[in-house]
Amino acid sequence: MEFTRRPSPYWSARVAVPALMLQVLAALVPAAIAHIWFFGPGFIFNLLVASVFAVGGEWLMMVLRKRPPEVALGDYTALVTAALLAFAVPSLTPWWVTATGALFAIVVAKHLYGGIGFNIFNPAMAGYVVILIAFPMHLNLWIAPRIGDIDYQYLTVLQTLKYTLTGSLPDALGFDAVSRATPLDVMKSGLNGMRTVSEIRANPIMGDFGGRGWEWIGNFLAIGGFWLLIKKIIRWHIPVGVGVGLLLPATIMYLVDPGSHPSPGFHLFSGATILCAFFIATDPVSAATSPKGRLVYGFGIGLLIFCIRTWGSYADGVAFAVLVMNMAVPAIDLVTRPHIVGHPRNRGKSP
Amino acid sequence: MTAPTYDLGKLHGGLRLPGHKTASTAAPIRDVPIPSQLVLPITQHVGDPAQPVVGTGDRVLKGQVVAEPDGTLGAPVHASSSGKVIAIEPWPVSRRYGDSAPCIIIECDGEDRAAENDGRSADFLSLQPADLLLRLLDGGIVGLGGAVFPTAQKLMQARTCKIETLILNGVECEPYISCDDMLMRERGAEILSGAQILMHAMQIESCYVAVESDKVEALHSLGDALAELGDDRLVLKQVPTIYPSGGEDQLVQLVTNREVPSGGLPTDVGCLVQNVGTAAAVHDWIIRHEPLISRVTTVAGDGIANPMNVRARIGTTIGDVVEFTGGYAERADHLIIGGPMTGKSMSTDLVPLVKATNSILVVLKTSFQGRELPCIRCGDCASVCPVQLLPQQLFWHARADNEAKLREFGLIDCIECGCCDLVCPSHIPLTANFQIAKGRIQELADEKARAERARRRFEARNERLEQEKQDRETELARQKETAKQAGPAAIAEILKRKQQQREDD
Repeated sequence: MEFTRRPSPYWSARVAVPALMLQVLAALVPAAIAHIWFFGPGFIFNLLVASVFAVGGEWLMMVLRKRPPEVALGDYTALVTAALLAFAVPSLTPWWVTATGALFAIVVAKHLYGGIGFNIFNPAMAGYVVILIAFPMHLNLWIAPRIGDIDYQYLTVLQTLKYTLTGSLPDALGFDAVSRATPLDVMKSGLNGMRTVSEIRANPIMGDFGGRGWEWIGNFLAIGGFWLLIKKIIRWHIPVGVGVGLLLPATIMYLVDPGSHPSPGFHLFSGATILCAFFIATDPVSAATSPKGRLVYGFGIGLLIFCIRTWGSYADGVAFAVLVMNMAVPAIDLVTRPHIVGHPRNRGKSP
Repeated sequence: MTAPTYDLGKLHGGLRLPGHKTASTAAPIRDVPIPSQLVLPITQHVGDPAQPVVGTGDRVLKGQVVAEPDGTLGAPVHASSSGKVIAIEPWPVSRRYGDSAPCIIIECDGEDRAAENDGRSADFLSLQPADLLLRLLDGGIVGLGGAVFPTAQKLMQARTCKIETLILNGVECEPYISCDDMLMRERGAEILSGAQILMHAMQIESCYVAVESDKVEALHSLGDALAELGDDRLVLKQVPTIYPSGGEDQLVQLVTNREVPSGGLPTDVGCLVQNVGTAAAVHDWIIRHEPLISRVTTVAGDGIANPMNVRARIGTTIGDVVEFTGGYAERADHLIIGGPMTGKSMSTDLVPLVKATNSILVVLKTSFQGRELPCIRCGDCASVCPVQLLPQQLFWHARADNEAKLREFGLIDCIECGCCDLVCPSHIPLTANFQIAKGRIQELADEKARAERARRRFEARNERLEQEKQDRETELARQKETAKQAGPAAIAEILKRKQQQREDD
């Protein structure tokens, strides 16, 4: 009898990249719902714009690079990039801003570096930083969370859609009526204005730890993140690294001078800390690979976030921290190579 | 009874794989009858091919040597039944490299007449260890775990090192394969007897019998046999059920917590590892005077109608073995010699069962892996690698054909267990890539060695020519000097002597 030949092993992997990416997307769903609840329907429009341009950009680049586009589109990584970008931009963002970010992320940060697996920088963060620098005004315009007694003019779905499409508010409303500074902004400007942390925290947008509403999104992101950990789609090293890197200096500074340094809880539940720890920094392509390397990588990101928030000119520093550590990845990988079984233990680290 | 698990070393990574062993272990080992024809490859071991010592038309008896080892490393091949040699010709075989090899083909007469017993004593304790080793050499015994290294020579090599421990490998971690498990259940006493012979040959006083924790019946059987034997030099050791804990180096690491050095052997850390099947074969040869002419093999997989373990004569074709078990199931598409992780895929079932054949696995036509996608650097491959390599980096360097980096990242340490393939979400055939890269590195090394040899030959020739030229010149100068000093009389004398010589001729 004749048989077909093939190389070993004769078992196939039980995991696949598209399935992993779908689970990452699924893990973001609770936080997305919370986001819409607190900050209005703008998130949906941003997600749609980002997805259309990310997927479109991916298709275009695959065609230009003479590769089958269905391969790249079928792995859903462009959608993950789009989703992260949608979480990063304010819910009121004109479409061209989001589109610029999505296109830069996919076209430049991903495909010009060789496509998935070869990109040095986290595409979503590269795209975000570009629009943060190009459209600073639009990216600082966060509306206040719909919670409790915050005095706030809510926008309807149609008004939000109109803003997304045209970048203009209803005639009767000015930006001041709908927007609020984010808790991190309030903290930063307050501290710059020589006020103490407890004075700043009296602001109604401040919640138990971070900002109201933001904390809840953080909780749901953490639930999604723990689910990814349980499903072993991400490993614990990067989240723990980010947490320790940020909270260790934050705790020390808080203990030394609680008047001019917010609590570690504030750092944890403000801005994009939790999103970064579970969903952004854990992008395997642009992260370090060994367990030890990932701890170092995560720690570096956490530390940089703390430094930028404390001494930098940006209120949050997640995107910059991630991009800087992306650059350090080759070096981290080189010095954190695991010991090969059977090789001498005291081998020099450098090759 | 349960064997104690204690002071086990740590193995990095590995996988808990579904065993798929219950189907083939439900019934006892069955004997495959004498086939009409036996196909005996002359190379069933690591080393140089054996040389046939029979010719076409010769009648042979069961247990008779039909090919003698030739060269520094090798093992004899014995006829596994009586009959007539009808051909010595190339035949498809299940070797790792190459698809066919010279085989001695015997038409069996069905009488199974055995060669005369040479009347040697079975009392191995009365033999000097060196004599015991020589006797083992004649048994045709090779490592039955799959590596088929000639056992006698492995022992002789080990004698040059300081060996403290014999480890009997009864781990059999690869899915589907259960031949060692069945052997341990049914022939525990013989395995232990083989271990005692090996210990006497090596003059070592400690032996661990390592068995995976999921082989409960085998553990019981060996435990009972040990209790009956009452030899406290032998200890049963239960190791965790993790693939690939049965790899030789991995087992040493588990049992002794010592790492076998890169490029080295277990003997470098004082251990000698033998498969339990090999130990039973040693017992059969020394005590029962039966050379290695049959082995237990697992016939399993979805493509097999009745999975089971059988004892078949070496040289029985795979087709005959499968037919005995009840044939193939429908849609059987891949025939694999060995397990699902490291086995070799065959194109035909005409290949004979050889000393290395521990399993015949037949699987259905399935869509194996999906499309290969680019590596996303998830690092799961590194986390399961038992040697703690970075398969993902190795893959990168293999693609770039970067020999220096491949060496630096330990390509040669890869044991090709296939764990990385199984966890890769991008479905990259990593192990296959590494095998190819290893082949290429070997080629490069061979190339280099050839070039180096040629260069040395060339330089040696130049040197020789130069030396000869110099010698001639010095000789000439010496003669001139002598002539000058001696004056015309001496020259006349020389000329006269030359004249004389010519006349003599």
